Amino acid sequence: MADTIKVDPKDKPRIGVFVCHCGTNIGGFVDVKSVAEYAKTLPDVIYATDNLYTCAEDGLVSIREGIRKHNLNRIIVASCTPRTHAPLFQATCESAGLNKYLFTFVNIREHCSWVHMKEREKGTTKARDLIRMGVARARLLIPQEEQRVDVEPSGVVIGGGVAGMTAALSLADMGFPVHLVEREAELGGFVKNLNNLYVTEKSATDTIKPLIEKTKAHKNVKLHLGSQMKSVEGFIGNYEIVIGAKGAEDIKAKVGTIIVATGALEYVPEGLYGYNQYPNVVTLTEFEILCKKKALPKMKNVAIIQCAGSRGQVKTYCSRVCCNVAIKNAINIVDNYDNMLGLAEQLGTVIEKVPVEQKVPEEIIERRRRRRGRERGEEGEADEVKLGPSEKIEVTVFNRDIMAYGVEHELTYNKAREKRVKFVRYTTDHLPRVYMEGNQLTVGYFHETLKLERTMPVDMVILSTPLVAQPDAGDLSQMLKVPLGQEGFFLEAHVKLRPVDFATDGIFVCGTCRGPADITEAVTQASAAASRAAIPMAKGYVQAEALTSVVDENKCSGCGTCIQVCPYGALRKSEKGLAEVIVAACKGCGCCGATCPEGAITMTNYTDAQLLAEAKAALQEEV
Amino acid sequence: MTKDVMVIGGGIAGIQAALDLADKGMIVHLVEKTPSIGGRMAQLDKTFPTNDCSICILAPKMADCFSHPNTNVITYAEVVGVEGKVGSFKVKVLKKARYVDETKCTGCGECLEKCPSKVPSEFEMGLSNRKAIYMPFMQAVPRVMTIDKEHCTMITKGKCGNCKKACKREAIDYEMKDKILELEVGAIVVATGFDSWDPSSATEYGYGRYPNVFTALEYERMINAAGPTHGHIERRSDKKRPIKMAFIQCVGSRNPQVGHPYCCSVCCMHSTKESMLAREHHDDMESTIFYKDMRACAKGFWEYIERAKRDYGVRYVNSDATVQENAETHNPIVVYDVGGRQQSEEFDMVVLATTLVPRKETLELAKVLGLKADEFGFLESSERILEFGKTVVPGIYLAGYAAGPADIPESVAQGSSAAAKAVEAIVQAGG
Repeated sequence: MADTIKVDPKDKPRIGVFVCHCGTNIGGFVDVKSVAEYAKTLPDVIYATDNLYTCAEDGLVSIREGIRKHNLNRIIVASCTPRTHAPLFQATCESAGLNKYLFTFVNIREHCSWVHMKEREKGTTKARDLIRMGVARARLLIPQEEQRVDVEPSGVVIGGGVAGMTAALSLADMGFPVHLVEREAELGGFVKNLNNLYVTEKSATDTIKPLIEKTKAHKNVKLHLGSQMKSVEGFIGNYEIVIGAKGAEDIKAKVGTIIVATGALEYVPEGLYGYNQYPNVVTLTEFEILCKKKALPKMKNVAIIQCAGSRGQVKTYCSRVCCNVAIKNAINIVDNYDNMLGLAEQLGTVIEKVPVEQKVPEEIIERRRRRRGRERGEEGEADEVKLGPSEKIEVTVFNRDIMAYGVEHELTYNKAREKRVKFVRYTTDHLPRVYMEGNQLTVGYFHETLKLERTMPVDMVILSTPLVAQPDAGDLSQMLKVPLGQEGFFLEAHVKLRPVDFATDGIFVCGTCRGPADITEAVTQASAAASRAAIPMAKGYVQAEALTSVVDENKCSGCGTCIQVCPYGALRKSEKGLAEVIVAACKGCGCCGATCPEGAITMTNYTDAQLLAEAKAALQEEV
Repeated sequence: MTKDVMVIGGGIAGIQAALDLADKGMIVHLVEKTPSIGGRMAQLDKTFPTNDCSICILAPKMADCFSHPNTNVITYAEVVGVEGKVGSFKVKVLKKARYVDETKCTGCGECLEKCPSKVPSEFEMGLSNRKAIYMPFMQAVPRVMTIDKEHCTMITKGKCGNCKKACKREAIDYEMKDKILELEVGAIVVATGFDSWDPSSATEYGYGRYPNVFTALEYERMINAAGPTHGHIERRSDKKRPIKMAFIQCVGSRNPQVGHPYCCSVCCMHSTKESMLAREHHDDMESTIFYKDMRACAKGFWEYIERAKRDYGVRYVNSDATVQENAETHNPIVVYDVGGRQQSEEFDMVVLATTLVPRKETLELAKVLGLKADEFGFLESSERILEFGKTVVPGIYLAGYAAGPADIPESVAQGSSAAAKAVEAIVQAGG
């Protein structure tokens, strides 16, 4: 790290401009070399050059060298987007001793080359204009200091399913106290409904039992069952949370980080494929519950219909897990059917979370027994008929594409085919139909190879419906001020490289509340979220944003408009009744400044003078 | 007892694990076999489903990882021995001689012009040549040269010495020897990634025989602006730009006959991306994807397929496919099956989504570390469902493709997850 370069706002600016080709992303559409030459002609620009990739090590070296050789005190990089690259270039300035707030980003890729791919000359002119504006602003920048904010080394995990428990245990094992908030009376979430878990065929209950026991027993985990988050105030390192339970006093706590693991629900396919209309049409999870309770009816033919309500039917997305869950259950039916047959006294037991509306009614079972009996000429003796190994149960999986990704799923898919589970492909032009032919539940489908309509009498139809977001995810999203994405799942900061972070510092996400995932993927995300959350807690502090809003107390009337509009909860009323900025929470977005009727709020380094200079430069003819 | 952690493999999974650990204040030794960190992601042109430029989002992480005060990035090195247990593993690292002093070289490249030898570039999948002294790619980290001793005539025959003469920083040292570094670490993360299977032996696809049949990784390099053709899509036979493209899925995978019965998890998506990019390069390009099942099953993936069909005119044909060739034009002919009827169609270029396999060296490493690998060479977790990434050796964790097919966000999550497990282990061991 080089010695800090002292820059007084009154010093004459010495600006360095680095124009990036970004391979051909910019260089292919804009004459980068001429743009760099033009930059040299602008006021106070001492040095300008072009780099093939300014962000690569050689580009960064050229910035550091430029600062050193030419005594630069303002740096402009004209390249891509500050969203991904500003921290890197700022850190580079700092490593050369220059205050990072003397750095200006000019976006000539998204704002220029990518939108003017077929207009090289105009694009090049625009790149020059954008850099001229950047220079005008850079001349007025002043150095800023960041504040250090202490971080409370404890966390809260919202949701007590496998993801939530894993995240809480990971933090606890790293030595951080953690609150685990679960709204149901017991831990286990979605998985506790399930019969067995794919890949190992182990029972779901047995698999998660040790996890539940460890969670309950861990000295660093404070469990809040039957409880919900009532409010969250504050910012990274300093969240004041209130946890509420029915009939109990609210619990207040201070935590440094928050992990969201609120899970998902199974879509209820009302109106699809005879669900809630015909008997023995159930969803995958309802089927698992029947298996778990050993409450399957007698049956010989089972149809499983994939993508019931997903991939464009109701929801746009693919729910990732259903193909493999269906294959698991198909194998289960073929191998273990006898062990899952119905026991009448167990049919009435209470089923939590996903109510089986479609309990297999006794009379259906009766009717089917009688029918089978008649078929065999065993009038009256039907009750004794057992489906032995000689009378194989047949399972047909109607699918669009089988999502048996990876090693184990594909091998299991092959195993299912070896076990004579039938896979019949359908297209959206010819959806399968479920209807009653007299008393017989029937699936009609279009055979894609034979180009023929076929029918198949079945005893049960299992609908593989997608996982859907929790209906109240929106409330939590508002409370935490973190976004929901498509179809109500929580939206991570970056789909590729920040899968478990939110854009808001200090809050993380894992499991099915961020999108469909299987149990292994959910727990991997959970320990990843714990890893991310542990970073500020292990450090004990965070460096706060220096570009924040500043309130001029002489102008503020205390109207409170700014407090209402702030998306980060970063403004409050001071003892004097005036607006006050919580620096650690402020992201410098400028909403408050824009709405203040008194013009009392300005943004550091986005002052009127700086912005007007930039605007004037935009209107200026080329020098 | 030490709080240091070793990460083996400098791809995106290893980089993420290293950054997560370093940010928590742990000292991380990142051991990378090749001269640069970055791994496979550095070779990709763009990434699905956002079509973000791959190196643009990776390069900042590579730079962060290298310049972090808590990381010690050891490139061109391999782990050759491990003793001890969680809390205090003693690791032997073979630091191969790169014949260039890393502290002196600035990567200026003046030596490159003077080096007379030509070697097919591994990074460019052999589509272009590098020199015997080289940097694997432009954004390499660290930004220093390496001499490939097998192809350097100064090292093999004592003749040349041009690079030494050209180097103003006196960074070249032909006498440099391999070194063994001994490091003590509390935990180890293994993230050694994947290789692309060579489909030459699967003769039905004609790779290696028909010039206009490419692998997906070759195509990724070709469409990349910094790649061997500067982003121009060119046929091998006549350097002409193709218009009709065929992408064939599951080449060598989902195929027990060639020993890869598994699904690689990412190819449906990367082929879709590659088809979209063809159209982005040129309006008239038409792509057809021959597939078994369109496995687009993570967040936003199915929507991406829909977008490819709707906005990019990508045609999807649900069929196995094999390749023949029009000997006169060198146009590949794809033979496929629709509704039980065999069809054949001529294309200008074929791109094969070849199987992604764990690296062969990973098996060697598994022996050194005492880890188990499955029949395909993927490293095994000890408890598959709830503790993915934990191995039979306490204190050693897995991340990324070496532990089974995974895309970038999964590899990133696994990298973070392995970092958490490493910290837990060290804390629990009393560190």
